[in-house]
Amino acid sequence: MTGLDLLLAGIGLVAVGAGWAVVATNQVVRAGLWLVVCLGALAAEYLLLTAELVAWTQVLIYLGAVVVLLLFAVMLTRAPIGPSPDLDRKVGPASVVGVGVGLSLGTLFAVAYGWTKYALPAQHGNAETVGGPIFTSWVLPFEVVSILLLSALVGAVVVSRGAK
Amino acid sequence: MHPFIPYAVASVLFGLGVIGVLRRRNAILLLMSVELLLNAVNLIFITADATLPKTAPTGQIFVLFVIVLAAAEIGVGLAVVLQLFRLKARINVDEVPLDEHQPEATHDV
Repeated sequence: MTGLDLLLAGIGLVAVGAGWAVVATNQVVRAGLWLVVCLGALAAEYLLLTAELVAWTQVLIYLGAVVVLLLFAVMLTRAPIGPSPDLDRKVGPASVVGVGVGLSLGTLFAVAYGWTKYALPAQHGNAETVGGPIFTSWVLPFEVVSILLLSALVGAVVVSRGAK
Repeated sequence: MHPFIPYAVASVLFGLGVIGVLRRRNAILLLMSVELLLNAVNLIFITADATLPKTAPTGQIFVLFVIVLAAAEIGVGLAVVLQLFRLKARINVDEVPLDEHQPEATHDV
């Protein structure tokens, strides 16, 4: 266990705890705020794993845009401040399926990777090394994604305008 | 760097997201759980990419695409949820009537 491993494990524990709070809390606004903690901890993990550009994109888009959008939706649907009793169904079947999925994924990774050690690459995820391939070999998916974003925007406007 | 540590974190987050998607009735909380699922997958991509130092950072490029798709998904999803709230004044997903027959739109002559 090196210092990097300890940092990864500690920040991962923060992310898992915040994720548990997102799933388990009975106050809608607090779920959104715990989501901020979880996504921020994941951004820190990305930074530790040398993915700088992705980490800051995560901070900008997830923490800056998606969470704000979710909190706006919470306000627009007049969610009550304070605990609401009817947010959840019974926990039994969902936790059986969820724990099963998580355990099988974890087992898969344990079998595939075990406790092998890798040296982290240097300068692997800055804007230059990521942006170069995006604008050369990945330029077609990049353009397709931009069209998809535009159509999603138009679709959101059409849906929220309502049927006439 | 032992890649099993972030992989284990991602597995637990994915399991939590599945629990949230299956358990939550409030549509906005359900979308938050979907975000947990997407972020778990992103963490797997980033970790796998960090174990391949010789190649181009394809995993990170995939994560950027997933983030964009998540932004599009959350925009459209929240538009649908707000429209549901406007129609029914409730956003519990198990109260959405799936078999309700809407009358045909009448066309003005």
